[in-house]
Amino acid sequence: MKSGLTLLQAVLAVVAGGTALFGLVGAAISADAELLLTLAFGFGALTLARFVWRPISFWLDGVAAALIALTLVWALPRGTVMPGHYWFGMVSAWAFAWLFVDQLSAAIRKGTVPRQAMGLLIPAVFGVSLLVMWEIVTRGANVPPVLLPAPSAIGAQLANSAPILWADFVQTFVKSVIPGYIIGCLAGLVVAIAVDRSPFLKAGLLPIGNFMSALPIIGIAPIMVMWFGFDWQSKAAVVVAMTFFPMLVNTVAGLNAASSIERDLMRTYAANYWQTLLKLRLPAAGPFIFNALKINSTLALIGAIVAEFFGTPVVGMGFRISTGVGRLAIDLVWAEIAVAAVAGSAFYGVIALIERGVTFWHPSVRGGRA
Amino acid sequence: MSVTSINSSTTGTGVALPVVEAEHLGLTFSTNDGDVVALSDVNLTIEKGDFVSFIGPSGCGKTTFLRTIADLEQPTSGTLRINGQTPENARKDRAYGYVFQAPALYPWRTIEKNIALPLEIMGHSAQQQAERIKRTMDLVNLTGFEKKYPWQLSGGMQQRASIARALAFDADLLLMDEPFGALDEIVRDHLNSELLKLWDRTKKTICFVTHSIPEAVYLSTKIVVMSPRPGRVTDVIESNLPRERPLDIRETPEFLAIAARVRDGLRAGHSYEEVM
Ligand SMILES: Nc1ncnc2c1ncn2[C@@H]1O[C@H](COP(=O)(O)OP(=O)(O)OP(=O)(O)O)[C@@H](O)[C@H]1O
Ligand SMILES: [Mg+2]
Repeated sequence: MKSGLTLLQAVLAVVAGGTALFGLVGAAISADAELLLTLAFGFGALTLARFVWRPISFWLDGVAAALIALTLVWALPRGTVMPGHYWFGMVSAWAFAWLFVDQLSAAIRKGTVPRQAMGLLIPAVFGVSLLVMWEIVTRGANVPPVLLPAPSAIGAQLANSAPILWADFVQTFVKSVIPGYIIGCLAGLVVAIAVDRSPFLKAGLLPIGNFMSALPIIGIAPIMVMWFGFDWQSKAAVVVAMTFFPMLVNTVAGLNAASSIERDLMRTYAANYWQTLLKLRLPAAGPFIFNALKINSTLALIGAIVAEFFGTPVVGMGFRISTGVGRLAIDLVWAEIAVAAVAGSAFYGVIALIERGVTFWHPSVRGGRA
Repeated sequence: MSVTSINSSTTGTGVALPVVEAEHLGLTFSTNDGDVVALSDVNLTIEKGDFVSFIGPSGCGKTTFLRTIADLEQPTSGTLRINGQTPENARKDRAYGYVFQAPALYPWRTIEKNIALPLEIMGHSAQQQAERIKRTMDLVNLTGFEKKYPWQLSGGMQQRASIARALAFDADLLLMDEPFGALDEIVRDHLNSELLKLWDRTKKTICFVTHSIPEAVYLSTKIVVMSPRPGRVTDVIESNLPRERPLDIRETPEFLAIAARVRDGLRAGHSYEEVM
């Protein structure tokens, strides 16, 4: 193709440039169009030249996306529903961003753009696009903040209530999630090893573990509060109950992951049970164990937050969310959700990083032949 | 059929126990779709210092026989003694080193750590480990690959690493299941003569599975020809070639005569299959 694009990219380029052109026309005939927005539309419309003149660098698409998005946000604060050309701008910015990312990832695959720096750019573009769209839709369409506040409002709330949010974070994440996670995962691991060793325990404990995992958190949380009190101990107990079973089943499966020839080898050395466990079966179970650790990292946070709905001292992320909804302090609720999302993703990310370091040998990590 | 080797004079006493002694040995696998007779009425005596090759068509029970010696399979009939003991006790004595048909290296360990595995389990000191790793890696020409992981090596290199691992702890009996199957002709020649030298120097007993007639004749003091369905020994050929064997011995008439006999034995096994 003359423009050097794939079919998808060509379609995106037409949509992006075309909507920018419509936006330009709309802005030109409307009385109170923002000058900067009109200029950004002009820039976007110019990219259509790639079809008649010559291919253009994909960085220009990135610039067009950024320009249109920025001017859209800049043109926002009016308190009314925005006019038609404005929405063309949103579609255009979105199409430009997609086009940019698509070409960027192709360039990374071809090796013309360094992988390390750019691997971060793509998720960043995604994230920023999402935030910008959210901001534009909530404010441009005048959505009531009770339904969905704009990201800028949530951001302001984050900054204003930092001490409250920090105290909640410490209460929920540091005091409940971390200890509960560690105890639950360790217990799951140890019980899995015991279960694996004895068929008697396997028959007895696996069904109990299964039963525990089937208990709804809504059911166990109040009971844990009665048993362990209002403070973080009861939340940690809920987290233990939630993380135990995924670790148990995954480890039991993982301990059988070593191939029969790998076990035969240990047998020819007359290795004892513990040698076989430490030098073969646990390392081979590594990918399964990390799978459980990753699942549990998200389960633990959910468990702790939901458990706080059922009685807590006047601090904690779950407490803040449940009372915030009641008091219509929606911005604070969303700020708390943002903190939870960041903490949860960071937790998951750390586990995933450790996994890459420990199970580097597994084909799924090193990306080679088995 | 019971065959005793003439090449049994490596121990001074003269009354040494045979290393492997199989009498009417049989092994039947029960599978979902019926029984598979992998070994039937195998009689074989392997003396200390023998180099025995097992040759026969695919599926004739060579691997099964080696695994039975190694106490990885249990015979369903007959008796099997290793160094005068049950296979289980021999295994617990760490009487043998086993080279599997596949390399079976642990992917989370580097090559040197893989070779160190049996040494760790058997409680060798760190210094002993380092010395043995160096010696055996040298022997299989893998020096320089100590810190590589198995999946960074070619299949042939992996197989050589697994040979080094079996040699590292110096068992008197070596069970090798097609160890050189994945290697090119030149490396194979090299390792063949290295193995012969090692055998001559250390007086080890070696059981060696191969599909190559020249390799079997070149290496062995005794060639066991097997045939399938049911797996059994059809011929045991004593080789009178000298212990010292340069590679060009493979062109001598004596060598070719033995090779012809092995070939005839294999043919007979195959025609039996057609009659069934
Ligand atoms: N675990 C098992 N269960 C059932 N049958 C088996 C098992 N192991 C081997 N067999 C059967 O026993 C027979 C002998 O197998 P074996 O692996 O000993 O052959 P082989 O001589 O080593 O062949 P190859 O040269 O292909 O390695 C085959 O028919 C095989 O299908
Ligand atoms: Mg085999």
